[in-house]
Amino acid sequence: MTTGALNLAASAQHRTPLYDRHVALGGRMVDFGGWELPQQYTSIRDEHLAVRKAAGLFDISHMGRLVVEGGAAEAYLQRLFTNDLSQLAPSHAMYTLMCQEDGGAIDDLVVYREAADRFLVVVNASNREKDIAWMTKHIPAGVSTKDHTGDMSLIAFQGPRAQSLLPRDSSPTDDIPYFAFRPGKVAGVPALVSRTGYTGEDGFELFVDSNRVGDVWDAILAEGKSEGVLPAGLGARDATRLEAALRLYGNDMDETVNPYEAGLGWTVKLGKGDFIGRDALAKVKEKGARRSLVGLVTAPGDIPRHGAAVSHAGSRIGVITSGTHSFFLGHPIALALVEGPSLRVGEKVTIEVRGREAPAEVVKLPFYRGSARSAAAPATS
Amino acid sequence: MSNQRRYTKTHEWITVDGKTVTVGITDFAQSQLGDVVFLELPSPGRKLAVRESFGVVESVKAASDLYSPVAGRVTAVNDKLTAKPELINSDPYGDGWIMKVELTGDLPAELLDEAGYKTVTEASAG
Repeated sequence: MTTGALNLAASAQHRTPLYDRHVALGGRMVDFGGWELPQQYTSIRDEHLAVRKAAGLFDISHMGRLVVEGGAAEAYLQRLFTNDLSQLAPSHAMYTLMCQEDGGAIDDLVVYREAADRFLVVVNASNREKDIAWMTKHIPAGVSTKDHTGDMSLIAFQGPRAQSLLPRDSSPTDDIPYFAFRPGKVAGVPALVSRTGYTGEDGFELFVDSNRVGDVWDAILAEGKSEGVLPAGLGARDATRLEAALRLYGNDMDETVNPYEAGLGWTVKLGKGDFIGRDALAKVKEKGARRSLVGLVTAPGDIPRHGAAVSHAGSRIGVITSGTHSFFLGHPIALALVEGPSLRVGEKVTIEVRGREAPAEVVKLPFYRGSARSAAAPATS
Repeated sequence: MSNQRRYTKTHEWITVDGKTVTVGITDFAQSQLGDVVFLELPSPGRKLAVRESFGVVESVKAASDLYSPVAGRVTAVNDKLTAKPELINSDPYGDGWIMKVELTGDLPAELLDEAGYKTVTEASAG
């Protein structure tokens, strides 16, 4: 495995090619998985609502981008991932988990099939080095991997109006299905245009050469400004992904949580042949998961925080894994990992808020279904 | 010194008009907290000691305690904040005021003037 262009020497703090633009836009820069990124530019509320009503532009260049290719690439990734890549056609993307032998999740990721023997794998920033180490450990002859995190940038343009608000001189996107991608251009700049995202809304993730990504970023913001397009930071990204009940690795799952517990059993294809973690996961499926991830809502002001205790009928049953105030829904929302089979929708629990018990109710997930095209979501599950 | 703002190290501000002290949180505090979504406020009539926790401000990021800059009795709270907690962000020294307290005794000597508070924010902005 080669290391690619990103220089990981000395400083633990990485910056994306858009760093100077974030600062110029007033971004409040924070450390996220070792990367300096904007928590917000003006207001999390405004940025969040822009994504739900028009479109927001996110810099997600911190996420790891690895290219895996070779005649044995599919067989190799089939062994690493829980989902079934034999069902993934070229120009399509698939959400999957990568698990340990014991079924614990190493990472959740999206794999893009560029050709029969070439894949692009997008992983969480904080897991990139761990993932590379794991993938390298299992690499067979006839497969090469290359880290393109440095030379290829990634931005996400997300919102119900994202398609119509792409800037001039962009290739048509109306024929790109959800979870599909193709090479094209945006604002005249070559880009891999993918109809994927992490907000629950329609929109695109754009892979662009790091030397040109600034031009695309500027064009989208300049042309979309009058229509309500805003640059959006990590705060809006977390709120929108949580409303859509999209899991955040490190919060909602880690190596001690298996896909069934995380409510992601649909990504595990036990029938596809052997893969790392299969035996352990088959046992979990047979016996039923010991824990489950559920959605909770609370009264305004009772904001569930990561790690807060969740109790049911006087007994502690689990913890909040993610929680925030939803500006869009007008009340707090949370995911909780709780013991036992899933609590029923409507069931009352209590959560710890500022040292006291606050009432919460179990609700159906997602909290909000945005404009993302659901037709192709887990099409192969 | 009546209408001149005074500050605490914990990022509250006050203005004084006779025995009535108006309390809020500073612009620096609101900018660090991010979007405020909820405030837990004291009931009028409650007696507060200096540095006693009198409420909580919940932002998207975290919950933070509020500490009384003075000793006294709460005479009013800003009811507008219940429906519009974002006033804390948009107008921290005006419509985003939090409570009024009737002072008992003198103003604590530990209150900071503008220059003193600036030293505090520069240190924590690091």
